[in-house]
Amino acid sequence: MSAADVSAGALPAARARAPRPVAPDNGVLPTRPSEHPIPVTVITGRATRAGGPRARQARVPRWVIKSISPLLLILLWYVLSAVGWLSANTLASPQRVVVKAGELLRTGELQEAIVASAQRVGLGLFFGVTAALVAALIAGLFKVGEDIIDAPIQMLRTVPVVGLIPLLIIWFGIGDQPKLILIALGVFFPLYLNLFAGIRGTDPALIEAGRTLGLRKLGLIRHVILPAAVPSGLVGLRYSIGVSWLILVFAETINATTGIGFLVNTAREFFETDTIVLCLVLYALLGLLADLIVRGLERVLLAWRPSFTGT
Amino acid sequence: MATVVHRDLTGSPAVPADAAPFAVRVRGLTKRFGDRAVISDLDLDIAPGEFVVLLGASGCGKSTLLRILADLDRDLDGRVEVATRRAVSFQSPRLMPWKKVWRNVVLGLPGRPDRARAEAALAEVNMTHRSDVWPKVLSGGEAQRASLARALVREPDLLLLDEPFSALDALTRLTAQALVADLWTLHGCAVLLVTHDVEEAIKLADRVLVMRDGVIAHQAVVEQERPREVADPRFVSLRAELLAHLGVQEHG
Repeated sequence: MSAADVSAGALPAARARAPRPVAPDNGVLPTRPSEHPIPVTVITGRATRAGGPRARQARVPRWVIKSISPLLLILLWYVLSAVGWLSANTLASPQRVVVKAGELLRTGELQEAIVASAQRVGLGLFFGVTAALVAALIAGLFKVGEDIIDAPIQMLRTVPVVGLIPLLIIWFGIGDQPKLILIALGVFFPLYLNLFAGIRGTDPALIEAGRTLGLRKLGLIRHVILPAAVPSGLVGLRYSIGVSWLILVFAETINATTGIGFLVNTAREFFETDTIVLCLVLYALLGLLADLIVRGLERVLLAWRPSFTGT
Repeated sequence: MATVVHRDLTGSPAVPADAAPFAVRVRGLTKRFGDRAVISDLDLDIAPGEFVVLLGASGCGKSTLLRILADLDRDLDGRVEVATRRAVSFQSPRLMPWKKVWRNVVLGLPGRPDRARAEAALAEVNMTHRSDVWPKVLSGGEAQRASLARALVREPDLLLLDEPFSALDALTRLTAQALVADLWTLHGCAVLLVTHDVEEAIKLADRVLVMRDGVIAHQAVVEQERPREVADPRFVSLRAELLAHLGVQEHG
């Protein structure tokens, strides 16, 4: 059938049983009464809803909605402390925590502690991430590497890292060294496992395509395999960073003389719950900061991936 | 016509040692998956600049044959000679999602990524306006055209197309078929197109091969002049002939 047969809008003969009113040229049927009305749903776009787009703009911003429940919790905490249901020995009131923060800032103890702890996490992360990158690349890219590296790592990863604390103390004493090793170990496993899985999970169809384009081993690694492994590598990095703060808390209970953990331990001796709560808040804030950094990294490295942001 | 350069040939004194008068020559090719021979003792020639369409039902071994010609599978018996400069476009476009479209087009070419060269290739497939976007935002037809540009920028002597239109909607497919016909006229490379669409085969091919039970069971040279009218009696009879060889009965 050629295009000319249908262009005039003529109905094929078989369908033109009853004479129909001539339809206007825009998809609208001429109105005619129906013997069998059927239920319909009216779908109206947001843009045409009462008030139009402006009404949408005036809605409460998302961050306000998000901050409602945390603020309510703090309010509850404040009220419970104020009416005396929470004694200062159990949990210091929010305003006590703020005052304490001011005091420690003035003496400089807080800054010193933050720097010491951040340094531990930073160094531990650096060593752990470096080791994980090297190991995952060797094991992921080469069969021999997998046989040599992956098997022992798969065995060791089932050992809870904090269970190594006694051994590490015996081997390295109670200085900063066992703390760094502990953090590095904790960081290593999640990153290694995710990166290895990412490298091995590269779509074979893309590798094949790369080969037909003339890419050799190195080109395939650079242009296909490594980029394909970046998303899971970043997931691993986020895990790792989360773990690094967790392990810092454990590590700083080993006779620390500086750091947030040192503040906590000292505070425990004197039942200073305000300092303890303050340190918990600090751990949370530092963890959040690290997470923000990784998210920024994701935004840059994964710009090619259209992501689902929820409705 | 460009000289076809081959990898695997001892040439006669008259021509350079690595040049040959064909784009593909296959003799006695057998390919097994376990005990099952998917291709058994197959012979195939494709002349330089010839447009050959390989027809066959699903699982007849046509894609396996194409993969072998693309040098993606060397686990075979027999002798395969194939143009060294060749390019492949697959059923799914297989663009690297982490590279902008133009970088995909020149991926694997020697030297630094040459933007101008990529743009020229993208212009041939009417994709200039999409050269700087991520592949994930392309429509199916656009991605397939980018994949074609990526193949043709290599100036191949042999272009291997593995059902490149089968994932496209009917309207886009017609446009894409016309585009491939134009590009073939422009570049003059030999083409092997694998498909299960008989009309597509007759529209595009110099020669249609029907693959069945691991061999070329039938071949037909398409005499009808281009562009080929579907209503032409020669088209209709060739269509019936090919369908019969594919084991399809059209009207009861």
